[in-house]
Amino acid sequence: MHVLILGANSDIAYAAARKFASTDKASIHLASRDREKLEKKKQDLVTRYEVDAHVYQFDAENPETHQSFYDALSDKPDVVLISFGTLGDQKESEKDFSKALKCINSNFTGAASILEVIAADMEARHSGCIIGISSVAGERGRQSNYIYGSAKAGLTAYLSGLRNRLHKSGVQVITVLPGFVKTKMTEGMDLPDKLTVQPEKVADDIHNAYRKRKPVIYTLWLWRYIMLIIKMIPERIFVKLNL
Amino acid sequence: MNISGWGRYPAIDADLYSFESEKEILAHMGASHEYAARGLGRSYGDSSLARHILTSSRYRSFLHFDGQAGILTCESGASLEEIIDCFLPRGWFLAITPGTKYVTVGGAIACDVHGKNHHHDGCFSECVESIKVMLANGEIASCSKDQNEELFYATCGGMGLTGIILEASIQLIPVKSAYIDQTTIKAESLAEVFDLFEEHIDSKYSVAWLDCLATGEHLGRSLFMKGGHRIDGRLEPDKKKYMSVPVDMPGFTLNQYSVKLFNLLYYNRIMGKSKEDVVHLNGFFYPLDNVLHWNRMYGKKGFAQYQCVIPKEVGKDGMTRLLKYISDNKRGSFLSVLKLLGKKNRNWLSFPVEGYTLALDFKMDDTLLNFMNELDSIVSDYDGRIYLAKDSRMSAGFFKQSYPMLEKFRSYRSETGAAEKFNSLQSRRLGL
Ligand SMILES: Cc1cc2nc3c(=O)[nH]c(=O)nc-3n(C[C@H](O)[C@H](O)[C@H](O)COP(=O)(O)OP(=O)(O)OC[C@H]3O[C@@H](n4cnc5c(N)ncnc54)[C@H](O)[C@@H]3O)c2cc1C
Ligand SMILES: NC(=O)c1ccc[n+]([C@@H]2O[C@H](COP(=O)([O-])OP(=O)(O)OC[C@H]3O[C@@H](n4cnc5c(N)ncnc54)[C@H](OP(=O)(O)O)[C@@H]3O)[C@@H](O)[C@H]2O)c1
Repeated sequence: MHVLILGANSDIAYAAARKFASTDKASIHLASRDREKLEKKKQDLVTRYEVDAHVYQFDAENPETHQSFYDALSDKPDVVLISFGTLGDQKESEKDFSKALKCINSNFTGAASILEVIAADMEARHSGCIIGISSVAGERGRQSNYIYGSAKAGLTAYLSGLRNRLHKSGVQVITVLPGFVKTKMTEGMDLPDKLTVQPEKVADDIHNAYRKRKPVIYTLWLWRYIMLIIKMIPERIFVKLNL
Repeated sequence: MNISGWGRYPAIDADLYSFESEKEILAHMGASHEYAARGLGRSYGDSSLARHILTSSRYRSFLHFDGQAGILTCESGASLEEIIDCFLPRGWFLAITPGTKYVTVGGAIACDVHGKNHHHDGCFSECVESIKVMLANGEIASCSKDQNEELFYATCGGMGLTGIILEASIQLIPVKSAYIDQTTIKAESLAEVFDLFEEHIDSKYSVAWLDCLATGEHLGRSLFMKGGHRIDGRLEPDKKKYMSVPVDMPGFTLNQYSVKLFNLLYYNRIMGKSKEDVVHLNGFFYPLDNVLHWNRMYGKKGFAQYQCVIPKEVGKDGMTRLLKYISDNKRGSFLSVLKLLGKKNRNWLSFPVEGYTLALDFKMDDTLLNFMNELDSIVSDYDGRIYLAKDSRMSAGFFKQSYPMLEKFRSYRSETGAAEKFNSLQSRRLGL
């Protein structure tokens, strides 16, 4: 089994790489921007799990390279995990649209671009699994992070459409909606202990969704209900909230 | 964020910085303040606390394993748990392990931890082939027992105060089973348990759980446990589920009566004089790890560990006085562990010296610090010392008197610039 991980330097992605390596003895293909870090992760996977691991340069924000990146892979993946993304700075994005655009591209446009390439191949092969990490932040826009939130909303809608399209080809598409995860993305933030999980927990949930062929998961599961409540708040009240 | 050691006393507000590469550490260290290093925070007191903390939580890759020699090279944030999970099924185990597997390799080196086999195999540094350290000036230096020795002897047991430990190569031991042949023997008194340690000196592992509220002729009543690796070929991991203490227990649940009851039950766990079992090494080495967050048992105020060692020649007298003082003051300790330590090593600040070590937990309250100072003066009367990994309150004076290599360590720190760059609350308190 070949697992391709895009944005493999993400803490969540790497926890997932270890999960697939340890439970499925899968060959792991790590792709991201910082190659030096990837090389170390490759060493780690090989030493820990005695699996095959490979490293590739990949930039989500360069869509024109995506087709050739994928064509160059000698082993086409059975499972693809999309985990790149940036939180951005909402206030900065409001002042400088190029920053907003970077956030949108790294979370949404880049994902749509590479997934179109991969979907075409998996559709033709009638097999495969695509796992996209979006966010509960995409469920309802809030003033504190609506650029990031709307990019994730785009990704969630995209994955839903793709799942619909690929269903008849037997290709599985999974949308992962994490709440708070302790990673470098959230370092230094004061997150509520009870609602914050380690990347290993997200990785376990992702692997479980893969095995049980679940379409959409919240992780922690409680977020499904938290978001349900947040979505139910009437707009005239919501606009007044300081969220 | 609010942060503390395992004893949850003291707690301070600190900024934590994680890193994944040397470059990222350098970027952090560029700032003008001083730092403490931190692994999994299993030291009890203030060893890993400072306003600015560099945490190895994201620096834990395994880099290489030499399957012939059994030597693992890994980053300092790798935990002993991860090492066991990975290598026990392949027939390798840690040469030295403390009583919890939730510690990092960096923390094990910095505290030069010891285990139940100290009388045979010494401290963690014995299994360390080489270490890579980032010094205060950003340089990276390698050291071992025969290369750059000063750095090695200062870093092993040096509480993170010589630099950031980046990588280490450690020697694992081959095992043919994940199980231990364990013998438990009841000792009715301190004299009896001391005799047992001597009598079973050839056993690879030995330790005793002591009922510190027993008095009179029962003073020092304990369960002595010894063990050795089986050779039955079963290398499977332990299947036991973990329990967890979900919230802070109200402080009053732990008092002298509940401790007494616990100790009585524990002591009477075995019916006859002695008992033989086959146990998984998880249960043998890490009995407390089965209850996650057990430190919450002591309530919000936290607790303090007290671990001292008293030289062998005067061990019996010293321990008798300590235990008598504790039971006279009705200070219950749930977990009281006694162990015979072997010879001291060459590291400048490593804790073990040949003698008896006693480790106790005390719930924090207003009078505890005074009480522990009294214990210090007893330990001092016998030329004993306190383990830095457990300490949160010892005086600079007692520390200086009991660690003769301190001056050397201090000068080394000023010469290398570490004295300005690396400090913890503990190093400030003790003038390290
Ligand atoms: C239940 C329990 C049982 C224990 N049993 C034993 C025992 O049997 N024997 C024993 O010896 N100890 C024992 N200990 C203590 C424990 O083994 C040590 O405190 C160990 O060092 C903790 O490792 P850590 O990764 O949590 O380090 P931390 O507690 O985070 O840090 C400990 C020290 O190491 C330094 N440090 C950590 N990482 C680095 C790094 N990368 N570079 C430089 N410095 C670093 C810190 O600055 C600090 O001074 C026990 C602790 C618990 C909670
Ligand atoms: N952490 C949370 O609380 C949380 C909550 C909900 C959702 N999420 C989502 O979960 C995913 C993973 O999050 P994480 O917390 O694990 O993130 P992370 O540790 O911060 O890692 C994100 C990774 O994305 C990569 N990346 C960014 N831009 C890229 C680009 N243009 N091309 C290729 N790679 C790029 C970076 O790789 P390089 O290092 O190689 O540059 C970086 O390591 C993200 O999509 C995030 O939005 C996270």
